[in-house]
Amino acid sequence: MRYAETGFNLEIDLTRGNIEKVATDPKDTELYLGGLGTNTKILWDRVPPETDAFSPENLLIFGTGLLCGTAATGCNRTIVSTISPQTKLMAFSMMGGYWAPELKYAGYDKVVLRGKSPDLVYIWINNDKVEIRDASHLKGKGAIETASLLQKELKEPKAQVAAIGLAGENRVFYASIEQGRSSASRGGIGAVMGDKNVKAIVVRGTQDINIADPEKFMDLCYEVNDYIKWRQENPIKGVIPILAILGSPQEMAIHDEQWHTENFSWGNARTRRKGFWTDEVSEEWLETMNKARTRLISCYNCPIACGATISLPGLPTYMMKCFTKLTYTMAAMSNLEFGLTIAQRATEYGVDGYSAPQVMAFALELLENGILSDTDFPDMPEDNEGRHFYLLDKIVRREGIGDVLANGTHWAAKEIGNGAEEYAHNNIKKQEQLPLKLSMLNPIYFLMYCTGEKINITQIEGQFPQAAFPKREQREKFVKDWFQVPDDKFKQYFLDWEPRGENSNPYYPTVDMTCDIVDWQEMMHYIDDALGMCAGLSSFHMKPPYHIHNFPQFITAGAGIEMNEEKLKQAAKRYRTLLRAFNINRGMRRKDEKPPEDHWKKRFPELEKELLDTYYVYKGWNEEGIPTRESLHELGLDYVAEDFISRGILTDEGKSS
Amino acid sequence: MTGEKKKKIIKTIRIDVDKCHGCRACEMICSAFHAKPRYSSSNPARSRIRVIRDPLADIYVPVYAGEYTVAECAGRDKYTINGKEYSECAFCRASCPSRADFKEPDSGLPLKCDMCEGEDEPLCVKWCTVDALVVEEREEEVEEEIEQEELEVGLEELASKYGMNTIMDAISRLSKKD
Ligand code: SF4
Ligand code: SF4
Ligand code: SF4
Repeated sequence: MRYAETGFNLEIDLTRGNIEKVATDPKDTELYLGGLGTNTKILWDRVPPETDAFSPENLLIFGTGLLCGTAATGCNRTIVSTISPQTKLMAFSMMGGYWAPELKYAGYDKVVLRGKSPDLVYIWINNDKVEIRDASHLKGKGAIETASLLQKELKEPKAQVAAIGLAGENRVFYASIEQGRSSASRGGIGAVMGDKNVKAIVVRGTQDINIADPEKFMDLCYEVNDYIKWRQENPIKGVIPILAILGSPQEMAIHDEQWHTENFSWGNARTRRKGFWTDEVSEEWLETMNKARTRLISCYNCPIACGATISLPGLPTYMMKCFTKLTYTMAAMSNLEFGLTIAQRATEYGVDGYSAPQVMAFALELLENGILSDTDFPDMPEDNEGRHFYLLDKIVRREGIGDVLANGTHWAAKEIGNGAEEYAHNNIKKQEQLPLKLSMLNPIYFLMYCTGEKINITQIEGQFPQAAFPKREQREKFVKDWFQVPDDKFKQYFLDWEPRGENSNPYYPTVDMTCDIVDWQEMMHYIDDALGMCAGLSSFHMKPPYHIHNFPQFITAGAGIEMNEEKLKQAAKRYRTLLRAFNINRGMRRKDEKPPEDHWKKRFPELEKELLDTYYVYKGWNEEGIPTRESLHELGLDYVAEDFISRGILTDEGKSS
Repeated sequence: MTGEKKKKIIKTIRIDVDKCHGCRACEMICSAFHAKPRYSSSNPARSRIRVIRDPLADIYVPVYAGEYTVAECAGRDKYTINGKEYSECAFCRASCPSRADFKEPDSGLPLKCDMCEGEDEPLCVKWCTVDALVVEEREEEVEEEIEQEELEVGLEELASKYGMNTIMDAISRLSKKD
């Protein structure tokens, strides 16, 4: 018997309309766990580097985490992996909600889509019965609307639906896949789904997920639940509200937005608005939120409720979470009411709440600076808010300039030319980033920005405080119950970190310390993404309930795979390295690994070079960021080394050629 | 046949639909608790509590599995409360032929909440950390009734389904076989 996982993937060939239930190899689970780990293995095995995002040979994989569907609180992530049309690298966006557990209960660990359907279809997975069904009546429908229509059509109110909106259908490079309160947004995976002509995947499952050692597993679950309760009642002192308590993050419940609104840059990631958060603004926003928010809502088996149902007068209800609350507001230099209103339309269209607002602000900046002209925006309203609605519609419909903008700022700037590239200034690896511009280089963030292949800072940061605490007593207090650290040295790193003086940024934490810290942060995210754990209860937070010391026990008791810390670290390193290898094959190199030029005002080229050099060695990569032959061998990835050599990426001596 | 007064513990679960955020932890843990061996699997479809969820309509109703019923109601009910329209039979606890809820998914056998017999606290309550489910106990004096035998209850059900004469015939036929 297989534990925690079902042991089956659903393979769907959309070109031929063929559906197969395929048993998976338990050895792969041991080596790559599940979720992102096994997704990566499948992509490595089956999608060659020449494959374009919109080729029928590209796969779109919906992978559940290894522990999804078990009693482990907050373990509900679906990891969607494919080739991104925007970055041309692997996209691996995740979504919470209810879809992953439902798929597990239906008897599958993954849905692997290949080929392309000739017509718009949806997939209906009802336990063993799987059908590809006509979706022509859903063409152009909103993602949320589609979910409701399908639940009605199938008379299955309990079915879970992952759907795309118009943006996905029209292959907007930052189209999302929406699933009720959650979405998988980054990297344009919704566009790949649209390209495959799949409007939605509907799932209903009523089968068991088995546990290897029930008694031990429940003990672990209770420990975690008790800790969550304690942790929420004892917020971390001296940090911003969303970091003080668990959640992914608690943007819907927490009202104080001083930190985001005053520190993040508005418009096209340009303007800091110090002093923005006045009493009047605070009151106005509070009123807006209280009026709009019907209820705080959770994902499957999680008490945190960090999403919300939003109902604005005259508009259909939708669900929201996280930072999308602010992105439209800030890009448009408007207020929260506007932000929540346009987000309703954006959610139905299914676009990424990070990229879409920035692309709109970018377009208006180009207009302001004469790179685009009024003729590029026929019939655009005069008012600021109206312009943003107009742009969103144009982009999603790929009409006029919208067709260019739909490819994101990087590709749009290239196409527009005439100096437009200067304005696509907030990208990493061709993808729009959080609009954050700071003063002093932070070595930890430097490395995360450079090497994080999820290309999204929130999906690599966590565990370690974002800034030094002012007083030593505060730091001493903080480290006292910091049992999540993989090694006690991290406590010392933090204790000695000062806001000013010798032991402060950018030279402290030292290069070596920085490598340790970033590696730990990244590892925890990769483990979450393989197990299906929500980062809001784990990797994103300081002192989270899940950590390197209890995860191995969860895997042993849950999945029946003998696990310990070393073995888990090795597994995470294995699929993390495989993911890098996949991207290396697609051309990613050191030159691509850099934060936006203007991310910090004060830059230190020599230090930055040393950081990257040292971290590459630390990770077992050569000076180009390519995993070396020795490190591949150590991880049991000789097949990667052979592939690299055959492609001339590594020479026999292990040098990059 | 009136017996003596006797003390009885009555357990009530208070359900606050305003506090429910739809996580279904209650369903998950109920199914795990009743798995054999205990906690060896989870499958909300086997749960004895169901959360009727319709997030867009802001509807969250945890419902407990009650008695099995052989036939569905002649008429159905549909409530509208504070402008929210609840689905048909939303508040009903019956394991009823009209719907899939409160039945084992494979065998179709009825499920009934047993208040997690033997546990200090019902598991669904324990896992609902937002207090949408809270258990209360009170002592009541009741007149002791002669408990109807299980067999009798079963026979009565059969009789209501097939008619008493058919049952009697069947019994006499069966006894002749021996
Ligand atoms: S913390 Fe928030 S996002 Fe994470 S599982 Fe819980 S409700 Fe979902
Ligand atoms: S555990 Fe509580 S909050 Fe969660 S669905 Fe059940 S009743 Fe609602
Ligand atoms: S009280 Fe126990 S048996 Fe009843 S629904 Fe709750 S968990 Fe299930």
